[in-house]
Amino acid sequence: MTPQETRNLVLSVILLGLAALLPLFDDGYWLSIGVTVLMYTVLATSWALFSGPTHYISLATAAFYGMGTLIVGFGIDTVPYSVLLLISVIVGAVAAALIGLATLRLSGVYFVIFTLGLAEMIRQVVSWLQNNLGGSRGMYVLTDLTDTHIYWELLAVVAAVFLVGWWIGRSRLGFSLRIIGNDEVVAAHCGINTARAKIILFMVSGMFASLTGALLAPRWTYIEPNLAFSPLLSFEVVIMALFGGVSRLWGPLVGVIPFTILLELIEANYPSQTILVMGIAFLLIVYLVPRGVVGRLEELIRKYRQGGK
Amino acid sequence: MTSEKIVLGVHGVSKKFGGLLAVDNMEFGVREHEVLGLIGPNGSGKTTMMNLISGALKLTSGHITLQGARISGLAANEINRRGVARTFQLVKMLPTMTVLENVVAGAVFGHKRRWGHEAETFAHQLLGKVGIDGIAEAPVSSLTYIDQKRLELARVLASEPEILLLDEWLAGLNPTELSTGIDLIKALRAEGRTIILVEHVMDAIRSLCDQCVVMNTGRKIAEGTPAEVLADPEVIRAYLGDDDA
Repeated sequence: MTPQETRNLVLSVILLGLAALLPLFDDGYWLSIGVTVLMYTVLATSWALFSGPTHYISLATAAFYGMGTLIVGFGIDTVPYSVLLLISVIVGAVAAALIGLATLRLSGVYFVIFTLGLAEMIRQVVSWLQNNLGGSRGMYVLTDLTDTHIYWELLAVVAAVFLVGWWIGRSRLGFSLRIIGNDEVVAAHCGINTARAKIILFMVSGMFASLTGALLAPRWTYIEPNLAFSPLLSFEVVIMALFGGVSRLWGPLVGVIPFTILLELIEANYPSQTILVMGIAFLLIVYLVPRGVVGRLEELIRKYRQGGK
Repeated sequence: MTSEKIVLGVHGVSKKFGGLLAVDNMEFGVREHEVLGLIGPNGSGKTTMMNLISGALKLTSGHITLQGARISGLAANEINRRGVARTFQLVKMLPTMTVLENVVAGAVFGHKRRWGHEAETFAHQLLGKVGIDGIAEAPVSSLTYIDQKRLELARVLASEPEILLLDEWLAGLNPTELSTGIDLIKALRAEGRTIILVEHVMDAIRSLCDQCVVMNTGRKIAEGTPAEVLADPEVIRAYLGDDDA
């Protein structure tokens, strides 16, 4: 490891350690915000692992997240919770592989539309099945897990996402993804199996989203498809990650924290105005920080250094 | 210095785009250490032929072999791994990466694979060979056209391919750059590399190619040394029309 990597590692461990202390100080409002921040951190960071280098904008987050939530909803009465978490990871990865095989040959906007439609389709199918076969639309998830447990579980997953992201970043796989993002034809002619690289990364991001859904299920207590597959979630994740910036592993985090607090404030004071905020946020990103806050900062630092010479 | 061993064989290869027969029953071989010029008027199917060899396009019929083993039908990345590397008619860079990373990209996944420090050292060597190691850390956006061409050449050399495909690599260069470019390819030739060159620049063809294959409307119309094919009446007719033949 280089000295810089060691420094980053120490810094990350200290920050994670500090974050782990939050439930000891507050188990109400701030803990609840903490859980939401961690949830978006996992979703946005794992989203950026795939979409950052490849520039494939995936709106499938809600689909994977919903799968995880539903798995817990269906199984909680009969299967141990830890097994359900494992199943949600596997289902997320397998679903992502299948979706990837079917769609990653699509380019640009077709991929975006497909992923958006996917969450919607699963939601409709599940609703239909429940209406016609099950009788009731929702499911109860009753556990002893409190926000404190969920918080610590999510924090462990955050650590895992960053570890996986760091490992990918320095691996051949990560390098091949950057080449693919630059020019897919060149990538293929450099010997890269472009389809395989994209599918592996899509699986990683699908797996984490599904696991997050499963971890969050006990928080809602009552689960129904409209909640689990909310398309808004996919857009929120994209906007947070893009606002923070996807050029660095920690970039999305920079978007997650202010956005979570902002959304929380809006929700409390002006319910049902969330979409308006997202629209404005999207415009701001496009006009002011197309490469995210982190990308903008890097630009400024570069300019400052060049000016200083 | 060419040997008798055939590195790349093109056997009865055709390519149809809908009703258009872009490559029609092409047949030729490239021997080891040979520089083969693939020439012909615009639209004669040269670049299509290159795309068929590199796997960018699928063949309609026929087959292509590398060192005796069939490579046609494989994906482009698989063909690159077997040892075919190419440049593009319109230079293709990796714009968000540095010059050095652009070359490393060619070294990591291709025919001979290197990674980490070893790949970077090798990339520096190649940048030195094409004459731009001084700007290894620069972003590619700052490169002049000839330097982009040099960089692309370094990238394709990075996998140590069995055969190099240079698609109009000398096109668009000014006279000074052109002589630099020709010297570079001469140096590669002196190293004993096997190369297919699609080219319009006649000076380059005369001074660089051991053999030439001439294409017109998708078919092979002549084959031989540059002097032979350039004197061939049918070649002259293809380039200049009936009156001058």
